[in-house]
Amino acid sequence: MAIKQLTIFVQNRQGSIVSVTNTLAENNVNIRALSIAETQDFGMLRLIVNDEETARKKLVEEGYLIKTIDVVGVKIGDAPGKLTAALGVLDKEGINVEYLYAFMARTEKHAYVVLRVEDNAVAEAALEKAGFHLITEADIEKL
Amino acid sequence: MEQKYYQKEIETMSVPEMKKLQSEKLVKQVKHVYENVEYYRNLMDEKGVKPEDIHGIEDLHKLPFLTKADLRDAYPYGLLAKPLDECVRIHSTSGTTGRRVVAFYTQNDVDLWEDCCARAIVAAGGSNKDVCQVAYGYGLFTGGFGLNGGSHKVGCLTLPMSSGNTERQIQFMTDLGATILCCTPSYAAYIGETLKEQGYKPENIPLKAGIFGAEPWTEEMRQNIEETLGIKAYDIYGLTESSGPGVAFECSEQTGMHINEDHFIAEIIDPDTGEVLPEGEKGELVFTSLDKEAFPLLRYRTRDICVLSRKKCSCGRTLIKMAKPMGRTDDMLIIRGVNVFPSQIETVLLNEGYQPNYQIVVDRANNTDTFDVNVEMNPEQFTDKVSEVLAMEKSLANAMKTMLGINPTVHLVAPKSIARSEGKAVRVIDKRKLI
Repeated sequence: MAIKQLTIFVQNRQGSIVSVTNTLAENNVNIRALSIAETQDFGMLRLIVNDEETARKKLVEEGYLIKTIDVVGVKIGDAPGKLTAALGVLDKEGINVEYLYAFMARTEKHAYVVLRVEDNAVAEAALEKAGFHLITEADIEKL
Repeated sequence: MEQKYYQKEIETMSVPEMKKLQSEKLVKQVKHVYENVEYYRNLMDEKGVKPEDIHGIEDLHKLPFLTKADLRDAYPYGLLAKPLDECVRIHSTSGTTGRRVVAFYTQNDVDLWEDCCARAIVAAGGSNKDVCQVAYGYGLFTGGFGLNGGSHKVGCLTLPMSSGNTERQIQFMTDLGATILCCTPSYAAYIGETLKEQGYKPENIPLKAGIFGAEPWTEEMRQNIEETLGIKAYDIYGLTESSGPGVAFECSEQTGMHINEDHFIAEIIDPDTGEVLPEGEKGELVFTSLDKEAFPLLRYRTRDICVLSRKKCSCGRTLIKMAKPMGRTDDMLIIRGVNVFPSQIETVLLNEGYQPNYQIVVDRANNTDTFDVNVEMNPEQFTDKVSEVLAMEKSLANAMKTMLGINPTVHLVAPKSIARSEGKAVRVIDKRKLI
């Protein structure tokens, strides 16, 4: 059910992000969602893309430190309080969210939240039980 | 009248007399070593040299060299030349696993060492009217005890502060009117800056002189310290292997350090061939002890690159002078007064499951050394969690601290991101520009 997230290690210096996005562009990979975690020295670029396999292959060829992990993608309504409702479900189940980021759908009136949790299956079950729609790799490709 | 020399007859002895004295002592020292140190006896036997072949300093070149590797091989008692019940003290290098050197002292060794330090204090203008603040570390490190002993011999009121606790250093310095400060140059600079921040002007600081050593420092640093503290800053040289500080010391001329030649013979050799170089040429400094009882070292290679000069000195001393060491023949770094070998970093990385792809970056900020180590991460170690990468950096820094005794800042970097020249990574970047 889960969706794939690429995590790319980047040095905290000028030009390091653009060289990643450049590789993706050259290989016709489209970025759906992006988030950056940064420290003083380095950053972690977290990406949801339409073609994870190509992206990973090309970036590894370029020598990037990269890791693909499964994360939970959930669809929420585009209205105040909707994110809170989704997070409330996880909170009630005692599920800790390591990090999250969100992106908007282009046409429909809703948003998507990407969640990094310890156990995807538990989080997915909890969200589904509460009536949330989870997104899949197939959904990502169609976005 | 101000005391000018601590041991005038030695410090101003004519060169032929000094050479005669050295020759007599060398013959005895070689005999003492040959009879009591099996390790060195074997080296001499291998070379086919007997004590009877050494008639004076002209025969010094016949003796085999001792290296730091020998000292490690012989650890701990292999080079000891006296029974332990005649020894009263040990000191050790600022030390690090696998590289530790332990030196032994009889009471006479301690006495002669303290005399050497006393000469340095008197050369810096010290007398029994002075209050001498010793802010070198006391302990296995030779700095604290060496200068402490020298200060006693001169008759200074000695403040055995040890290093650290700068507030207390300043309180004692100002309340008790310390006139001479002994510590590492970087700590002197730090104390100076702290005094400045507290509003002290150089003319309100009671100090008149400082004796600074145990780490490399520049002329710029000397000027900076002299200006902030309103003192004259003197250099001192020594190594644990040769007792400690006081092998050589600076006089008021400040153009190199006089070597205590009655206790040590200095040679400059070509580090590649081992050939002795004439005076004035640059090469590796080699010391032979002349009076050591417990831990005599013959032709010990210091790895310091240096020049000797017998130019007449305005202070009246006839002792030969050594320039500030200009570098090393090995890859040893001195960071915050601690000896660091890149191979130690490599050992830690291998122990901790990393590839030995790293780069050490040393710099100096606010007169203190900064010590950064960049380490390439393995792809399989990489995680998407920032907290885990930070934890990996911290645990690696702790492992290095355990090995080295000083704390580096570790930065994990991407594989192959460390600059390589001709396929070989540049292991050390030293930006301190000390020479």
